[in-house]
Amino acid sequence: MPSSIAIDSRAAARTQTHTGGGRYYRRFGPIERVMHALLMLTFIGCALTGVPLLFADHDWAGTLVALMGGFRGAGLIHRICAAIMTVVFVGHVLRVFVRAFLAEDWLAYFWGPNSLVPNLKDGQDIVGMFKWFFGKGPKPQFDRYTYWEKFDYWAVFWGMFIIGGSGFMLWFPMFFSQFLPGWVFNVATIVHGEEALLAVGFIFTIHFFNGHLRPEKFPMDLVIFTGRLPEHEMQDERQVEYARLQSQGRLGAFEASAPTPSEVTFARALGSIGLVLGVLTILIIIYSALV
Amino acid sequence: MPSRSLTGLFSIAVAMAAVLVAAPFAARAADAVPSPNDTCLMCHSDAGAKNAAGKSIAVDAKKFATSVHGQMNFKCTDCHSDVSAEKLPHEPKLKPANCAACHEAAVKEYQATAHAKARAGGNMVAATCSDCHGAHEIQRSSEPTSRTNLARIEDTCAACHGNAAVIEKGKLHGGNIAAAFHDGIHNRAMHAKGVQRSGTPTCTGCHGAHKILSKSDPASRVNREHVALMCGSCHQQVYSRFSGSQHGQLRQAGNSAAPTCIDCHSAHGIQDHGATKWQVDVIKECGNCHQDFIKSYRDTYHGQVTQLGFTRVATCNSCHGAHEVLPASNPKSMISPENRVTTCRSCHPGANANFAAYKPHGNPHDRQGDPILYYTRLFMQLLLAGVFSFFGFHTLLWLIRSLKEVNARRGGGK
Repeated sequence: MPSSIAIDSRAAARTQTHTGGGRYYRRFGPIERVMHALLMLTFIGCALTGVPLLFADHDWAGTLVALMGGFRGAGLIHRICAAIMTVVFVGHVLRVFVRAFLAEDWLAYFWGPNSLVPNLKDGQDIVGMFKWFFGKGPKPQFDRYTYWEKFDYWAVFWGMFIIGGSGFMLWFPMFFSQFLPGWVFNVATIVHGEEALLAVGFIFTIHFFNGHLRPEKFPMDLVIFTGRLPEHEMQDERQVEYARLQSQGRLGAFEASAPTPSEVTFARALGSIGLVLGVLTILIIIYSALV
Repeated sequence: MPSRSLTGLFSIAVAMAAVLVAAPFAARAADAVPSPNDTCLMCHSDAGAKNAAGKSIAVDAKKFATSVHGQMNFKCTDCHSDVSAEKLPHEPKLKPANCAACHEAAVKEYQATAHAKARAGGNMVAATCSDCHGAHEIQRSSEPTSRTNLARIEDTCAACHGNAAVIEKGKLHGGNIAAAFHDGIHNRAMHAKGVQRSGTPTCTGCHGAHKILSKSDPASRVNREHVALMCGSCHQQVYSRFSGSQHGQLRQAGNSAAPTCIDCHSAHGIQDHGATKWQVDVIKECGNCHQDFIKSYRDTYHGQVTQLGFTRVATCNSCHGAHEVLPASNPKSMISPENRVTTCRSCHPGANANFAAYKPHGNPHDRQGDPILYYTRLFMQLLLAGVFSFFGFHTLLWLIRSLKEVNARRGGGK
């Protein structure tokens, strides 16, 4: 069976990740990797310091906040993380527009295959995936970004505006109350908490599964940390992109060295911090919701 | 009071004891030692002396001599009036010492109290005179060593009200109130500053000394109806503010459920108003009656932080006031439209009218009252439900499919 051959070779290549053998392609540049790492760490920081407020009636919440230096310490961590996250987000948006401006064809930059903007194929892929789930069709072939990766991206994008916007209102009420009515702060409180619950719940379950925990990637996909993925993975999961780059003769431009063992170790450590803290947060939320 | 005839009786008693040994000395001995108490001490001075039931009947002559009664040259039989020197040894079971013979007023007061009533009802762990004052070693209350000295009252009461066995036997509903009082602000102030300087009450300051009445007794100073007046006897300004407050007015109108001092401050374990634990706990006290408001408060940052156990954010009294709490409709209220901005400014110095229009008790469950909050929350909940439902199924189906593939691969590998 071709699929089993592909999976076997993938497994073999996964071992090669450690040894440094095999051909690798660059998927994420240093800016994207640093951006993800900073987002990840500041997101976890905000989650750990914010979630206890939403479950303040549980004993663990008070203990956790006390460990983080009381509500003032936790509040400070929350705000520092929020500020870094905002800088990362604004930096990213600026970078996107600068790159679009510098691109030969800015329309293609936003609508082309390297863009995270949803397109018709994403809709077809969703249908295709559900068919595949039920064994009614082959697994869809994906370009550079799958629809769930695009959803992850836009969920964070939307969340940045909603949580960030409401968060800054609650952080600087004196400033915002100069031109906003009082009820806005009530709305901001609700929105900040609910959207945070959505973000935490989504990232620590759905994103973790899609990106890391599903059987094909378990326990984690290091590509976002090392920036590189092995050739077979690209052939296997980014078929359209692989074929496109190959036909354009640009594939070689993306070829990269295999991650060194120390890079892999570092990526594993960083990924593990995120996974462990995230899963713990989810477990404690589920526990609190059930008790 | 010792009577003249007793002297004669003791002479006879001493003679009885001595006559067989040395009759010629008997008369002289009686002349030289005028204290007839020696006759009693012949048996009772033995530190190991016990009665038939095994209970100590020893009397420390030195201690008695320095006691208030000893200094007044009391004779044993002044209190133990059912003992007669003519009939020794006396009956094995004596009546209790007759304090009322001299302390008529105090004993009369005592007869009407919780302690006396409990004893009359058969609850013999309840205190009688000697439980508080001692027996042979009684000192004046002004003496620092006296068990009824203000500085030692706490220990004296705690002998029972801090004693688990007595609490259980006496069915004392308040439990270990002595421990609560010990950690309370009155007791701490007393020990920090000294009894005289602090002026803070110890047990008797509120409950009285002999006239200790149960709090359920309408005549008691600590009865729910009077307790504010009693606290007010020291805390006069607080009392006048409380009297003018909504709570105070409700009480004056006969609403006994309306809060009074002890509801928020507790009776015995009163804490400093700056103590974090008390500040956080007293919120729950307000919530006992104002249930909707504590619920909506807990949905705000103020309420969440205090629930986590921290203060510095607004608690109930930060906005409503403590003793002077008034409804928003009253122009004097801290939350009246006139005063609201000022109240917010006490924590948020730059607050303006928009800021003060924030609803500290906004209720997203109330569609009529807070439609904006209601629909905001509804929207957010639908969003959460939608995202988690779609991706929940997506993930679950994906997982099942992937596991199937892994299994098929393993099967194929064999």
